[in-house]
Amino acid sequence: MFDQFLYGTEAAINGLMTGVMYSLVALGFVLIFKSSGIFNYAQGVMALFGALTLVGIQSGQVPFAHLINAIFGTKIHHFGWTLPAILAIVLTIGVMILFAWLVERYLLKHLVNQEPIILFMATIGLAYFMEGVGDLMWGSDIKKIDLPIPQGINGTIDSLTYDWFGYGFYIDNLDIAAAIIAVVLVVALTIFSQYSTTGRALRAVADDHQAALSVGISLRSIWVIVWGIAGFIALVAGVMWGAKSGVQFSLSLITLKALPVLMLGGFTSIPGAIIGGMIIGVGEKVFEFIVSSSWFGDAMGFTMNATENWFAYVLALLFLVFRPQGLFGDKIIERV
Amino acid sequence: MTATADTYETPDGRTIGGKVLEMRNITLRFGGVVAIKDISFDIREGEIRAIIGPNGAGKSSMLNVINGFYHPQEGEIWFHGEKRKPMKPYQIAKQGIARTFQNIALFKGMSTLDNIMTGRFNQMKTNMLAQMLWKGPAEREEVENREIVEKVIDFLEIQAIRKTPVGALPYGLQKRVELGRALAAQPKLLLLDEPMAGMNVEEKEDMSRFILDVNDEFGTTIALIEHDMGVVMDISDRVVVMDYGKKIGDGTPDEVINNQDVIDAYLGVDHG
Repeated sequence: MFDQFLYGTEAAINGLMTGVMYSLVALGFVLIFKSSGIFNYAQGVMALFGALTLVGIQSGQVPFAHLINAIFGTKIHHFGWTLPAILAIVLTIGVMILFAWLVERYLLKHLVNQEPIILFMATIGLAYFMEGVGDLMWGSDIKKIDLPIPQGINGTIDSLTYDWFGYGFYIDNLDIAAAIIAVVLVVALTIFSQYSTTGRALRAVADDHQAALSVGISLRSIWVIVWGIAGFIALVAGVMWGAKSGVQFSLSLITLKALPVLMLGGFTSIPGAIIGGMIIGVGEKVFEFIVSSSWFGDAMGFTMNATENWFAYVLALLFLVFRPQGLFGDKIIERV
Repeated sequence: MTATADTYETPDGRTIGGKVLEMRNITLRFGGVVAIKDISFDIREGEIRAIIGPNGAGKSSMLNVINGFYHPQEGEIWFHGEKRKPMKPYQIAKQGIARTFQNIALFKGMSTLDNIMTGRFNQMKTNMLAQMLWKGPAEREEVENREIVEKVIDFLEIQAIRKTPVGALPYGLQKRVELGRALAAQPKLLLLDEPMAGMNVEEKEDMSRFILDVNDEFGTTIALIEHDMGVVMDISDRVVVMDYGKKIGDGTPDEVINNQDVIDAYLGVDHG
């Protein structure tokens, strides 16, 4: 039985790490939802686009190569250089900020004061538009992230746990790195929004647009900042997920994994996004571990597999029924 | 008092200066509805100017025109002797016009202190990068602005609720915090939209005192909308009276209460 307990603990720790990766995606949603009330369906595609752009820039790929070649009859594909990682990252952040500016300039500006459902539809449109642009710019083949991110089993944890329990835990270095990055991001974001002028302006806009305007805050520049930060977070999420499973177009589906996290943690809470992600990560791994185990089968007469596909949604549904604002979301109070 | 003179003396001995804001032939339409019809008036340096009128007279629309939420179809707005181009509300705030709202518009999730700090937004000049590092200029700036905010908090006697999220405060105190946020900007012109709406007598007295003190101690020019005629007569130097989007009276409180059009508007004479 102690064996089973160890396996379960290992599953829980791995779940925790995966959960942090979900949180990275959810974080971008929360930022945009808080400041503009927009549920940004395109967050997952932004992660994909960020990762694609990073790989493309770093490996010296010519953007829109197929388009250029088709029009001008040329045969260019690569500039023939490989940029240092740090330069590629800085350039990609620049692209994401430019993207934020374009979104504000050509989309949000025209949709101010529209119904949330219209804004939501606009982001769905944006998501598929960006997927198309990403394809056209960088091609649809699966790419590999070439950054010095540690990967593979963490030897220290493996040998330590082997010494203690006689069973070595398999924890991926990539997951550990992702967890550390996510924690740093959250702490930095929280400090920034609590203690800086711009952060205070961000919170002000999130609370009341009209009042924010009246004290001299420009909504448009705040939205560019917010979408820029969300773009940066999407880039981080895209790189981490991309390092895990290669940069491919199915990456945009992580949006769907972030949804239950948001329902659990609350759409307006940054810590909620993190805790929600961890609960779902641990929950789905441990649940899977339990219901697929032989002793569960012996006791109940059946086992279940692939529960990870639906577990998060069922948990989120339960939360919607019993606590619709999520764990940390703003309380829904209607004063009459 | 002569309208053409650059300055005038109030009965209580204050000297009112030249025109801070001048509205010239303002007309504002929403589709076919005329909210403001060809109205002209001015607001002078250091005075307390009231805009009164029955419900739906266009008072709040007028305030929204001044602070840029609405753009009039006709007419000119002159601010400090210069014709103002059509501007966004946040740009007008930068020019030194601060305001409060009829239905309190505070940042409900933030503390009293943070709410009032947002009033200093225009005076904060360090960029985002410096703020992220939180050393040197950004820190110094925060401290300087914090001092001004603390003075406002002392002035309005709200030290006890500095850290309280304003959503949890009673109505009267929320109104006071909102005034504090506008004051923190050290505005050249302060617009108050029904600062005493929904208050009890005691709260009204407090608020009247604060408005008079602001005007007295900082020399702030104030334009306010108010329904309580008693309050208006007590604290304002000059009054504009509106009815159905038109100006029907303009002058000292004594002048306007003896104006037949004003009496008719308030007592309800058939408009047909």
